[in-house]
Amino acid sequence: MTEERTGPLVELRDVKVHFPIKSGVLIDRTVGYVYAVDGVSLSINKGETYGLVGESGCGKSTLGRGLLRLVEPTDGEIVFDGTDVRSLKGEAMRKARRRMQMIFQDPLSSLDPRQSVESLLVEGLKAHGLARDKAATARKLRDTLAAVGLPASALSKYPHEFSGGQRQRIGIARALVLDPDLIVADEPVSALDVSIQAQVLNLMEDIQNELGLTYLIIAHDLAVVRHIADTVGVMYLGGLVEEASSDDLYREPMHPYTRALMSAVPVPDPQVEDRRERILLAGDLPSPTNPPAGCRFHTRCPWAQPKRCADERPALREVLDGHRVACHYAEDIAAGRIRPHEVEPELVRPDDGAAPGDTGELIPTP
Amino acid sequence: MSLLDVRDLSVVFQRRGERPFTAVDEVSFSVEPGQTVGLVGESGCGKSVTSLAIMGLLPRRGNKVSGQVMFDGADLLALRPDDMRDRRGRDIGMIFQDPLSSLNPVVPIGTQVAEVLERHRGMDRKAALKEARELLDAVGIPDPNRRLKEYPHQISGGMRQRALIAIALACKPRLLIADEPTTALDVTIQAQILTLLKQLVDETGTALIMITHDLGVVAGLCDTVNVLYGGKVVERAARHELFARPRHPYTHGLLNSVPRLDSPRGERLHAIRGSVADNIPWVEGCAFAPRCDNVVDACLEGTPPLEPTATGGDLRCNNPVTEEVAVP
Repeated sequence: MTEERTGPLVELRDVKVHFPIKSGVLIDRTVGYVYAVDGVSLSINKGETYGLVGESGCGKSTLGRGLLRLVEPTDGEIVFDGTDVRSLKGEAMRKARRRMQMIFQDPLSSLDPRQSVESLLVEGLKAHGLARDKAATARKLRDTLAAVGLPASALSKYPHEFSGGQRQRIGIARALVLDPDLIVADEPVSALDVSIQAQVLNLMEDIQNELGLTYLIIAHDLAVVRHIADTVGVMYLGGLVEEASSDDLYREPMHPYTRALMSAVPVPDPQVEDRRERILLAGDLPSPTNPPAGCRFHTRCPWAQPKRCADERPALREVLDGHRVACHYAEDIAAGRIRPHEVEPELVRPDDGAAPGDTGELIPTP
Repeated sequence: MSLLDVRDLSVVFQRRGERPFTAVDEVSFSVEPGQTVGLVGESGCGKSVTSLAIMGLLPRRGNKVSGQVMFDGADLLALRPDDMRDRRGRDIGMIFQDPLSSLNPVVPIGTQVAEVLERHRGMDRKAALKEARELLDAVGIPDPNRRLKEYPHQISGGMRQRALIAIALACKPRLLIADEPTTALDVTIQAQILTLLKQLVDETGTALIMITHDLGVVAGLCDTVNVLYGGKVVERAARHELFARPRHPYTHGLLNSVPRLDSPRGERLHAIRGSVADNIPWVEGCAFAPRCDNVVDACLEGTPPLEPTATGGDLRCNNPVTEEVAVP
């Protein structure tokens, strides 16, 4: 790291992103909300890589977009380098955006097919008034391309002329060219073949070491996140359920959901695969329009206890040093005082409307 | 005798005005009854085209399929389309990657399962629906009575994949081909589906061909693994052998380039350089040669042959990797 790690660059406090569900022919009536992100607090230190993992629909991408105000957060505070991003308006916000860039999942659909690489890269510079000196701009573009491992001849080419891995490099170059402090990468490698994934992950690490960037990496692949992140946050149904340093989290996952998630990831080693025990979760992710009361995970949790888990939403609290867990019984589970039990899968409808359904019932425990 | 014996299967795509493209290049492998065989490779290696060719599902125009697919002593490629239709779904079942696009969106789940039973086992609708209910129950769909009447959009992705498995297994086929069955699913749901597949295969004695890009999925499931690159089998080995001692530089590179959940952190990944675009045609040498660290002169002088190894597998390489992969 060229930059020392001092203080948080980004701080989120109780951030909420709710999407209204509209219904009606003439008059739009809000009939409910999708609670995509529902009260997330976290902080990312300078020069650090924060990995956000979770399954589809857990709100991880929405949180990343909310942080950049690509979707407007409903509530909460986003502090970036000392300024409250949510209070910025118009021009001030536009200027602040230079310092926060994003890398998207699908490199083909996030690059305009009719723009050459040069015009893709220059666009951001122009928008921020950084492309006044032609010679300097040309040098900047060449340097940026070199940094992501593309030849200068790429400038005059179009996105379709590149392979998937190279396109993702262009996406990274587009973010880098503005000298940002923070890069939010939403599933940066999941669209790529494994041999190419490794190239892109290595590249992102190299760039970070060189430029002292701060990353927020959003991914569903726990192995990828473990590899690249310093701190990992696990999300479930709009909330952070566990947060710890990458090593701690993988050595000792404390939240039942994290445990299940980790035990579900296949490891490319038959000896490990034959030995390991799987915690199979019953059923599917409940609908975020109608999240279960109490602990969001209690409907699928093999360790769920009667009453408290269904009634009281557990806060994210520090259980061990630097290890935050949102579970009432984290210590008891870790010590083996509570045994896992069978969970009956519940019906989950993908089109579950706002009307309270027959889900969210208490699981009988023996 | 093997249940399925694929011999020198080749698929060449020919489009007017374009150079023919060999997607599958003389692939041979066999599947014993009750065995689970993996076909592994990255996108474009020909793994899905192989499965479609076995099932006779490739479009009749624009491609040339050659070789033999012996199933039960009969060559599937030589069957009349009507005869093949009788076998498809009855003797060989198939599960696809995307459960939403492989189910009919305007037909209830129950009818779609019952359809197979009516077609192949001559059941009437009522008996077929009753059996369909039991099938849905067997694949772990809660409240199957209600599910029968529901449409694919009303159930979740994991449930859809379960429904698809129910359809594929409805006639108790002797061979099941699963083409990336869990790629579209979340890990926890993937674990459910893989456990279910393993359990069903054990119970019914169905042989399984598992097509996937995920080495982790293969590690826990397959007896024998075929690694494909550029349309050819480059390495075949028993599961433990392959992961403990990968001999082909491509297999070795793949295993080293995936970050592992249980490996120490902070280690740099060993990426395979270049991309599939760098491949050279097999006739000129080894297709992987431009990306290979072990390349020798012989690699650029004609296709290396697939030769048996001392450990009972097969290998197509002039200069294989000899070191062992460090077990973390």
